Amino acid sequence: MHINIEKVSHQYETKQGMLPVLKDLSISIKRKGFTAIVGPSGCGKSTITRLVSGLIKPTQGSIFISNERITSPLSTVGMAFQNPVLLEWRNVIKNIILPLEIVSKNMTFNQKRSNALDLLKLVGLEEFENNLPSELSGGMKQRVSLCRSLVHSPEVLILDEPFAALDAFTKEDLWDVMHKLKKERDFTCILITHDLREAVYLADQVIVLSGRPASLQYDVKTNFNEEKKISDLYSSEVSQLLATLRKQIEIAQHKND
Amino acid sequence: MIRINNFIIPLFSLIIFCLLWELLVWYNNWPNYKMASPSDLWPAFWKFKHLFLIYGWETFWRTVVGLILSVLVGLSLGILMGFSKTIRIGLYPILVGFNAIPKATVVPVIALIFVGMHNMNTIIIVILISFFPICVSISIGLSTLEREYEDILLSLGANKFEIFYKIALPKTLPEFFGALKVSTTLAFIGTNLMEIIEPHGKGLGHLFDSGKISADYPLMFAVLITLAVMGIFLYYIVVYLENIFAGWAIRK
Repeated sequence: MHINIEKVSHQYETKQGMLPVLKDLSISIKRKGFTAIVGPSGCGKSTITRLVSGLIKPTQGSIFISNERITSPLSTVGMAFQNPVLLEWRNVIKNIILPLEIVSKNMTFNQKRSNALDLLKLVGLEEFENNLPSELSGGMKQRVSLCRSLVHSPEVLILDEPFAALDAFTKEDLWDVMHKLKKERDFTCILITHDLREAVYLADQVIVLSGRPASLQYDVKTNFNEEKKISDLYSSEVSQLLATLRKQIEIAQHKND
Repeated sequence: MIRINNFIIPLFSLIIFCLLWELLVWYNNWPNYKMASPSDLWPAFWKFKHLFLIYGWETFWRTVVGLILSVLVGLSLGILMGFSKTIRIGLYPILVGFNAIPKATVVPVIALIFVGMHNMNTIIIVILISFFPICVSISIGLSTLEREYEDILLSLGANKFEIFYKIALPKTLPEFFGALKVSTTLAFIGTNLMEIIEPHGKGLGHLFDSGKISADYPLMFAVLITLAVMGIFLYYIVVYLENIFAGWAIRK
């Protein structure tokens, strides 16, 4: 599933009038690609996730997933957010199967459960199947949230800063979980983040958005290694890449000054 | 151990309360027309035990029926107000204004509209007095649902109804039970308002009124204590239901 964002402009209605957030944004993401989108705070990154998932329609321009124009939500999309938004009254396994209750209504509970268990094993939480979310740590909740976003085998996974609220080490653990999931499952991924190291480590393409209204400012390939390791982040090649991206963010931040 | 404590501790605090009460009356040497003591109550109960059973049951079933109906009214209004901002801002002033009116003044009005229909009159007053907390808590719970909760289902093409019964409704249950506890105690006030203000020979309110007329003060106190006991009983039924349906929200 390749994703094409073509000349998309979007504006919101606010009390102060129309607020343009995206302007002539064009991004192309190849099939099975992993694209990270970074940019200054409030530049409209989250708007992109809502547009690609079909929750809102762009004011101008269009978005295509495998050449099909998106006008409404697609069941082939999975989403995870900074807030894991787990349902506190359901145990881990029942939280994960929630999307299946919407998109695969005919599936039996055991089938749903076995789908969910496969993912739980991948993220290393198989023994927490029957726990309630309130009994899990922040990192564990986010793992469950990732499982939920993938349980219906979506072709596009949209991650809106899912690791932003985690401590540094938990975050790195989760990055590796993400690598594992990406290797095992077949999906195209869009990651919104503020963390440049995260973007470089996880994605094979990093896009820097300009300040609001956001458009494409910088686009770089980051497959510096076939199998990325945390230690790679400290190599001179990656340091240079990070410095370039940091510079680009600065330029984006000063756009409106 | 926790289960035993849940029973022993409230019982213990009740006994202490009664002892202090007895002590207060004894120390001040109050006659029982000023303040009856717990030891005066049992004889009063025993003397009128048939009346307590009959009237107590009348009060109890009307309160429970009224409460169930007020849950239905409160839920429906709360759901409407939770989902539609127009309905919410349209209904709030009316509901708040209505709730601010002392219900004692509404009793004669209701009694005049439905002359002689005592059960219905009582139940209507119970509904009027108890639906408000439920309605407000449900509407707030539904209207403050975080956007991400909706998004995880909306992005899969779920409809409004699926979001409501899979997420919004269960998420609002703890608030609902909190409000139901308030409404439960209010409901008894509603029943007795009708029974005391519009005497028609029914319910514990009537028994209270006869105690007043015959200057039988221990009887009046015994009625009040019976009401308190019934209130506590109903409250624990709500707690029991809360444990079943919203036990996940209770910190252990």
